[in-house]
Amino acid sequence: MTTITSLTTPVQPDRGWRLFLRTILARAYPRLIGQQREKAWIFFETFLPFLATIGYIYVYRAIQAPEDYIGFAVIGGAMTAFWLNIMWLMASQLYWEKESGNLPLFIIAPNSLMAILLGMAVGGLLATCLRALIIVGLGAWLFSIPFAISSFLQLFLVFMLTMAALYGLGMLLASLFLLFGRDAHQIVQLLQEPVYFVSGFYFPIKSFGFVVASAASLLPLTLGLDAMRQLTFASGPALGFLSVEIEIGALLVLSVVFIAAAKYWLDLVERKAIEEGTLTDRRR
Amino acid sequence: MPDTALAIKTESLGRIYKIRGGKKSEPKERVALADVNLEIQRGEFFGLLGPNGAGKTTLIKILVTLLAPTSGRALVAGYDAAKQPHEVRPRINMVSGGESSGYGLLTVRENLWMFAQFYGLDNKTAYARIDELLEIVGLADRANTKTSDLSTGLRQKMNIVRGFITDPEVIFLDEPTLGLDVSASRDIRRFIRQWMTDRPGRTVLLTTHYMAEADELCDRVAIINAGRVLACDTPEVLKKRLQRDAIFKLEVSPLRNGASGVFQTLPGVRKFVHNPQDGKSELDLILEADDALSGVVAALTSHNAHILNLQKREPTLEDVFVELVGMSMTEAERASE
Repeated sequence: MTTITSLTTPVQPDRGWRLFLRTILARAYPRLIGQQREKAWIFFETFLPFLATIGYIYVYRAIQAPEDYIGFAVIGGAMTAFWLNIMWLMASQLYWEKESGNLPLFIIAPNSLMAILLGMAVGGLLATCLRALIIVGLGAWLFSIPFAISSFLQLFLVFMLTMAALYGLGMLLASLFLLFGRDAHQIVQLLQEPVYFVSGFYFPIKSFGFVVASAASLLPLTLGLDAMRQLTFASGPALGFLSVEIEIGALLVLSVVFIAAAKYWLDLVERKAIEEGTLTDRRR
Repeated sequence: MPDTALAIKTESLGRIYKIRGGKKSEPKERVALADVNLEIQRGEFFGLLGPNGAGKTTLIKILVTLLAPTSGRALVAGYDAAKQPHEVRPRINMVSGGESSGYGLLTVRENLWMFAQFYGLDNKTAYARIDELLEIVGLADRANTKTSDLSTGLRQKMNIVRGFITDPEVIFLDEPTLGLDVSASRDIRRFIRQWMTDRPGRTVLLTTHYMAEADELCDRVAIINAGRVLACDTPEVLKKRLQRDAIFKLEVSPLRNGASGVFQTLPGVRKFVHNPQDGKSELDLILEADDALSGVVAALTSHNAHILNLQKREPTLEDVFVELVGMSMTEAERASE
């Protein structure tokens, strides 16, 4: 039985940075709550990457590699979860928002589209952190990894900068996917295994030599992983590519570049969508 | 300072789409809107009436800042929709028929909260308005249901709540009752009417191809076809155009293909629309006077068509459309495909 017939609550909306923050939190919410409601995601995105990690661990054990290499593989496995999140969710997010009909509503709302994209990134990042922690925890428990953290502060900084650069790249890819559609998606799928390889998910990138390792450093996870390993294991500094300080500086530059590029492309996409009228249309 | 006396104003508004064919072919152009001039007052319930492909959605897209016009300009709440989208957006909202906005994993309340956040509503206000609106549209008992579990009708009610939660100065309703059953459509129309009564300064722009819906709800209606506004006035005035005419609806045994042309040329027949149905033909006739009917009946007899039902009726907006366009809405849709 309907008892209320008229609205009585007035609206006094926030604008500016408050609106920006509200939008980020609101768009992050579906990702976080979705994880709670669809627990199968945790299985597929935690257990499956961990299987590949275990494979490397047994190879290292078989060849009697130093124990720190097992830790390297576990950290790499944990970071794989973030790359998978970028590849399969973050990068195609705007495209799916268009297909589901949300994108026009996001554009006509008074918030910034950048806040929506940041919300997607924050939601994906927080949801994936849980998976990464599970992988590290399981790995440490099952394989007795000898952690030797030299600086918690630097480790936290490296992780945060790696995430900023990585999700900046994800935001950039999201804009590109929307613009180029399936073509962009197919190219990134093609790059999945090469990215795993050159990022050094399961071994130190120093093994590549300076030129290849430098080129691989354009991917945020490469330097992030290298710095984290240096800060987490006793033999890390000896196997590191560059010093942690230089890698922090490079990650800072990558974060700024990727986030700025994401903003540029997002503005371009929005402009193009409004000029051509096709980017917000669903395929029928 | 913006001119805010009008809720919406368009000046010689036009939009041309470039359609690309194969790789080697030159892009073709399709005129979606041409020279549209409209003035919609604040507090007005305005309808855009026309078949699919007439340009209604293109016009709405321009007004809600989703699409740039190729000529002319559009003002919403006094601001230029193309040049000042950030002034227009806080003042508007839009609901489309058949939209599947939000996320299926979220509950109705969570989805509505999320969209309220995008408009800057604080949590207390957002939840208070969500609860009020859900109660009004009869969806309160589904507040904690996942959106993916809602029927089409209930989902559209949620979309309606989403549109009104921000109390927009101008709301655009693009075929809001599309595909809904009679009961859900009636609930939505009732709610919109009540909102207009409660918020006298608010403006609704409704696009629909349901003539009865436009007739029932709108203060004024613009009839649009092939991107052009053909007439714009109150439903009563539009229908008065046909008041001197005699309007009949006939059901007859199936007419042969090609027979329609004969009726169109009969003396006193102003418009003739033939809608073939299962096992019968429906004929809509606009005659200059009642006595022209005898000629139609004679012609039907000569074509061996038997009259199953004959009804004289008052003019509707559908008749106005037929008078203006020369074909029914359904025929106009087929022609635009």
